[in-house]
Amino acid sequence: MSEVEETLNRIKTHKGVSGIVIVNSDGVPMRSTLDSKQTLQYSALISQLAAKARSVVRELDPQNDLTFLRIRSKKHEIMVAPDREYILIVIQDPNADQGS
Amino acid sequence: MLKSQDLEKEVPPRVLYPLNPRAAHNTTQYSFKEKCFKVDEQVDQVVMHFAMDGLILLKESPEAMDQIEVFEKKEAEQNEKEEAEAIDEDFDPPENEKEIPVKNPLRNQFNFSERAAQSKNAILRERSWTTEPPPTTRNYGTVTQWEIFDQYMAEIEAAKLVHSQDKKSGKSAYDDMSEKKKKSDSDPTYSENMKLSIKIMERMVNQNAENEVYHDFKYWEDRSDEFRDGEGTLLPLWRFSSEKAKKKQVTCIKWNPHYSDLCAVGFGSYDFMRQGTGVICCYSLKNTRFPEYVFNTDAGVCSLDWHPAHPAVLAVGLYDGTVLVYDVRARTKKPIYQSTVRTNKHTDPVWEVRWNNDESTGALNFYSISSDGRVSNWFLLKNKLESEEVMELKLMGSPGTGEEDETSLAGLAGGLCFDFHSHSDHSHLFLVGTEEGRIHKCSKAFSGQYLETYEGHTMAVYSVRWNPFHEKIFISASADWTVKLWNHENRFAILSFDLSQAIGDVAWAPYSSTTFAAITSDGAGGSTSGVVHVYDLSVNRNDHICAQKVVKRAKLTHVAFSKSEPIIIVGDDRGGSHLVNTLKLSPNLRIDVVRTDETDQNLTDMDMQLQKMEHLLEMVTETKTT
Repeated sequence: MSEVEETLNRIKTHKGVSGIVIVNSDGVPMRSTLDSKQTLQYSALISQLAAKARSVVRELDPQNDLTFLRIRSKKHEIMVAPDREYILIVIQDPNADQGS
Repeated sequence: MLKSQDLEKEVPPRVLYPLNPRAAHNTTQYSFKEKCFKVDEQVDQVVMHFAMDGLILLKESPEAMDQIEVFEKKEAEQNEKEEAEAIDEDFDPPENEKEIPVKNPLRNQFNFSERAAQSKNAILRERSWTTEPPPTTRNYGTVTQWEIFDQYMAEIEAAKLVHSQDKKSGKSAYDDMSEKKKKSDSDPTYSENMKLSIKIMERMVNQNAENEVYHDFKYWEDRSDEFRDGEGTLLPLWRFSSEKAKKKQVTCIKWNPHYSDLCAVGFGSYDFMRQGTGVICCYSLKNTRFPEYVFNTDAGVCSLDWHPAHPAVLAVGLYDGTVLVYDVRARTKKPIYQSTVRTNKHTDPVWEVRWNNDESTGALNFYSISSDGRVSNWFLLKNKLESEEVMELKLMGSPGTGEEDETSLAGLAGGLCFDFHSHSDHSHLFLVGTEEGRIHKCSKAFSGQYLETYEGHTMAVYSVRWNPFHEKIFISASADWTVKLWNHENRFAILSFDLSQAIGDVAWAPYSSTTFAAITSDGAGGSTSGVVHVYDLSVNRNDHICAQKVVKRAKLTHVAFSKSEPIIIVGDDRGGSHLVNTLKLSPNLRIDVVRTDETDQNLTDMDMQLQKMEHLLEMVTETKTT
């Protein structure tokens, strides 16, 4: 249990990481380091996207399943780890950390 | 006035045609017979401005005659009525029978009589009911191939469960089910899946942050090596450091034989006065910020070795003489085996441990060497660690006093390093390096005597290594500033390299039989310490092809080549900030075999490597004899 906490902390304090959101299977955010408005936005939007992505993967081959989803945009990268019980979302700005 | 001639003239008839400006130019109608529109130019141009029906009738017309008749009849009736009413006033006896009005009795032919009755009319009332509409809910879902698949799988699982329930007693299966349910109710943040996901997520975050470094690691090659023959460079990639290992020195580094990205680093202290606890950190290249596994030990760690067949088992030797065996996968951070005084542990630091590949005894076993002069073989039995003494390192007198005096000096030599031969036909041979500077060749079978002693080094030998390709060659590094190359059949060294600094470690490159790296540990000023020297004997027999200063103000303690990647790991004595540096070898340093058109295509790489070495040896012996 504490390993998870430790790892979460390390990711949180990593330079370039803007925030972490953990959403449960109903779409309700359980933990977040962002403000509440952003948290709600991210949780709603990303849940839907992850569900759609999973649907795509499984539709192509039902024995396959989605493991990770990464969306790279100009400003940052959103990394999503979907699971049956939760969705883990990490937002990072890859350029903020170069040179360290 | 028209003249008579004009009257005779034919006057064209003049007809007045009406023209209605408001009328349409033509009427167009669709003719079904001809299936097209037909245009009719003839349009009625007559316009009625005013029309009124008149009431005037012609006197002689039939309508007028009828009207007059009706009118006269009416007048006659009226007169009769007046006369009938006026009987009271004028009581004149009827003069004529004809004037008495005659009543006409109504008679019909059919005896029709009309009777009518009215029944009661029921009062009409309207009543209606409306019921409350049943509550409706919207149900919707998607049907996709995978949902169908999931359903089928779930049914199969359920069927299996029922089947297994039938086999067992029903109750126990029920308990399992209820227990499973309880587990899933708990916070999903801490489930097993989350651990894995978050671990990978951390790796992704790190990889993003160090994108450039990873690119360099994979793809960057030093271009200048093409122009610089016989010289290479080392590109610094990552620095592994850990808070837990502050102020400690790197005492050993070993790559995992199975997982090529994992390396174990042991931390302790070489300083006799400052001994503290030790730490073992296992770093992975996939996550360069934080170690994958961390273990704390009571004393400083001196040596490590991964088991070649069981990649999670790690043997550790400590400064206080204890040996430990860890399973890195275990939840607890405790070693699975530990040697104690009762199990005959060493009394001096265990400078090297090595797993034994040969498992003819059934149990896993490993060897350890320590400066108390003993080489022990440890067996991993069911619940304890058992040791068997392989040999005692007897002190040899100086050459010349003769072999008979060898036991005259009391005590045992301090062993600092050993290496087992990797080839199967020589697997019983191993080399031992001692504090006195002598290297001994020993056999596992023979515990009493040395097979051979190699003189050459004047100070402690820190590292001996067999050549991975050529079965007769080995290399040794010593505190007397030299690295010596030996053939185990000769008592004296073949080649010797003076690095002008005490050497901490030497390692053969796994890809070439003639390349090795040595690191200098002690630094007088700053210019010669912290340098990694890479030698390739096939390119340059006398000097290094690369000498690069890797850390500032620190002493390098150990070096290890990675088996699959072109990188080396170098450990130093500055804990906390530097610790372990990863360096990428430039192409010139990585020459393994050079195939030209002349080389025989049938030769394998191994043969080529041996050839290289043989060639080198020939050249060396030539120069020696000449």
